[in-house]
Amino acid sequence: MSEHESTYVPKTGFERWLDTRLPIIRFAADYATIPTPKNLNYWWTFGGILALCLVIQIVTGIVLVMHYTPNADLAFASVEHIMRDVRHGWMIRYIHSNGASMFFLAVYIHMLRGLYYGSYKAPREMIWILGVVLFLLMMATAFLGYVLPWGQMSFHGAVVITNLIGSIPIVGESITTWLWGGFAVDNPTLNRFFSLHYLLPFVIAGVVVLHLWALHAAGQNNPVGILIPQEQRSRDTVPFHPYYTVKDGFAIILFLMLFAVFVFFNPNALGHADNYIPANPLVTPAHIVPEWYLLPFYAMLRAVPDKFMGVLVMFGSIGLLFVLPWLDTSKVRSMRYRPAMRWFFFIFVLVAFMLGWCGAKSPDDQLIHGITTFRLFDGDLNSYLWLSRLLTLYYFSFFLIIMPWVGLRETPLPVPESISSPVLSGHGSVPTGAVADAEKKG
Amino acid sequence: MAETVVNPNLEGQEPTRRDFIHIAAGAAAVGGAAMFAWPLIDQMNPAADTLALASIEFDLTKVTEGQQVTIKWRGKPVFVRYRTPAEIEAARKTPLSDLKDPQKDEDRVKPGHEQFLILVGTCTHLGCVPTFGAGEYGGWFCPCHGSVYDTSGRIRKGPAPKNLAVPDYAYLTDTRVKIG
Amino acid sequence: MKLSVVKTLASGVAALALAGAAAPALASGGAEHPKEVAFSFEGPLGKFDQAQLQRGYKVYREVCSACHSMNLMSFRNLGQESGPFWDPKFKHNPNDNPYVKAIAAEYEVDDIDSETGEPVKRKATPADKFPSPYPNATAAAAANGGAAPPDLSVMAKARHGGARYIYSILTGYVNPPAGLHVGPNQHYNPYFPGDLTSAWHGDHKNVPKGGFIAMPQPLTAGQVTFDDGTKSTLEQQAKDVSAFIAWASDPKATERKQTGVAVMIFLALFAGLTYASYRRIWRGIAH
Repeated sequence: MSEHESTYVPKTGFERWLDTRLPIIRFAADYATIPTPKNLNYWWTFGGILALCLVIQIVTGIVLVMHYTPNADLAFASVEHIMRDVRHGWMIRYIHSNGASMFFLAVYIHMLRGLYYGSYKAPREMIWILGVVLFLLMMATAFLGYVLPWGQMSFHGAVVITNLIGSIPIVGESITTWLWGGFAVDNPTLNRFFSLHYLLPFVIAGVVVLHLWALHAAGQNNPVGILIPQEQRSRDTVPFHPYYTVKDGFAIILFLMLFAVFVFFNPNALGHADNYIPANPLVTPAHIVPEWYLLPFYAMLRAVPDKFMGVLVMFGSIGLLFVLPWLDTSKVRSMRYRPAMRWFFFIFVLVAFMLGWCGAKSPDDQLIHGITTFRLFDGDLNSYLWLSRLLTLYYFSFFLIIMPWVGLRETPLPVPESISSPVLSGHGSVPTGAVADAEKKG
Repeated sequence: MAETVVNPNLEGQEPTRRDFIHIAAGAAAVGGAAMFAWPLIDQMNPAADTLALASIEFDLTKVTEGQQVTIKWRGKPVFVRYRTPAEIEAARKTPLSDLKDPQKDEDRVKPGHEQFLILVGTCTHLGCVPTFGAGEYGGWFCPCHGSVYDTSGRIRKGPAPKNLAVPDYAYLTDTRVKIG
Repeated sequence: MKLSVVKTLASGVAALALAGAAAPALASGGAEHPKEVAFSFEGPLGKFDQAQLQRGYKVYREVCSACHSMNLMSFRNLGQESGPFWDPKFKHNPNDNPYVKAIAAEYEVDDIDSETGEPVKRKATPADKFPSPYPNATAAAAANGGAAPPDLSVMAKARHGGARYIYSILTGYVNPPAGLHVGPNQHYNPYFPGDLTSAWHGDHKNVPKGGFIAMPQPLTAGQVTFDDGTKSTLEQQAKDVSAFIAWASDPKATERKQTGVAVMIFLALFAGLTYASYRRIWRGIAH
């Protein structure tokens, strides 16, 4: 797909004139006609959905900045001013705040899709690595943005997260003071977080361009996971437009319907009531938890008794993703043809959900109410603390042990030679993950 | 958002009624994008709290004869001038043919309150604030580009095209006006 | 069409939403779940009941406002769409609404004399904010035994359970169970979140739910006389003022839901058209 030849022919005099000076129409036309594997299923539509999420966040964000005041005394009231007095302000603000959740929902599905179909494997390592960079940038942007309304959760969330950095030996404290611009989270912190929150989305947009560049250099993966042979090109691919513009478009509309349910009918369901209490540095809310999309990482942080080690584990859980392409020893990309690995993957998804659940609970709470088992080191075995530890262990083992080991031991199912001629044996037995197979109509 | 799916010439299909569905879907996409764009544009119009401050009341006893008080209304200056009989006289005697934007002085004040001239204090040229009492007609002189207004706030000389605007106002009592 | 993907997504989101909703659970003891009381504004098509908002405003004004501020509210808000004194006649400028003007004029607010620069008192206008009962938070705390009464502007959004929570607190005062040590300026309320472990002298496995609230029971039957003849029971007053606070917390809720219905209808039609277009474009492509 990388050596896709330009088929654009300038029609008018102006187009010919422009084409020799700024071949922008050629660029767009070539992009639109890129040969794309014809078997991409709906899990592949989340790339387009994410692009839309980024646009929505940037556009609504720019608008919100027109009314928001980044000042510790005025920020809370200015957000409410947007919600009450600014024309359509409630809608714009709720789109932006729920948009963050929608963005993360889409990115998690997008990442799990890449994981299931082996989209990180050669020759697509750079696409994956840039994706992890994007994920980190998104987390940073979301955290910075969550501080801006200057409610109780904003403030104390900022306190807790910035204090993580203080756990770094020797330099930690100086870095924290430097980040705060003072001796605690305060007005200077709010101002710089606002500035960075405005900056980072544009950095994200820049890295997205690299992500797409890498995608088109290496070519799209597909549910079968094979590289399309040159001679199969015409049978196995379709031009991106109109085939995938319409398919992505349809998926986007369904996604927008879900988005709209939150924005218009339950706009605060994904937030915390405490963030409607103006920030008070003297009182911490009874139960401080991050937004749902950060909960799994929060659970891993708390699973480790040592502060600095906890921070290392939390960042390590994401850092690990950078070397993922070299941890997987399997020759087969798509887990459709990896009968053992597939099940480890499903358990991984379940573990990620359960980590999120643990992150929302107090570590000392009992897992099964009313039963005390026995104490192991620092807590009862029947607690979210120990469940988090178990799950964290699986999370790391999945990448560090299961992936290299299963890749070497597993006998994959026969992989088709091309998309158009799938090997029948083994194909019919693919369960839930490969929903694309249901799509045998159209 | 606006991923247009119109493709009137799909290979192997005749560009007829069949393509109506693509056009309809494309139109819905454009319409949806436009509907989403509207709130993003309209939000820049004045917010409810700004509109709520759009009218103010003013106590005229604060102005002494021959002077003016400048108050802020909708972010702009409003001149409240207590004119002397000589100034009123001068304004009334000016023939309409001498005026660039002909208007009688009587039409620029409320009957029975001819001494009080209430004007939006921004030059009709490019919005500067004219200086009180300056210029050859005893009214105002705009320092930016030299427009000269008379004691009725009418343009007499310079680049400004129109007289100083009279805002909507009403007398609540003899000494109290509501502007806006 | 592959509904399975949609279903998977939907259930995933539902699970996440539940996880989020469950998050503010309390460390120990916890509070009773808010009472099951129905409000007209609940649900995807719910609207505020204007008569109820008027009664609720009266309760706020005659009882709550003695101690609680509503800093984000202006008198003009009372006359805006879906508000207690909304009148379509004054659609273009709710400031001209005579009810709102009359209510505002009953209050005196601080101002600066534009000529002398001296602080003066003047009658409030619709554009003015509700005056605060105390000059600042410290004064509010000092006058109330150290616990400043919280601002009520966004109270229904700031508490889990919203209007039902407020209603439950207002109607939930009961005598403390025997064995619970209640200190000065403390009032037992089973709906108020707290941890009573240290004040409890009974069975340690059965610490009572709820907490100590600094506010004594604010409402009693017949305390506020409703102009529309509604019987002024404790429950009625509590329900009405909870509705009023819910409206004040989210005054655009009705507009939001109505817009939402239109958006959903549009998206459903748009989805149908796009799906038809998708099927036509992909016809004949084996995939």
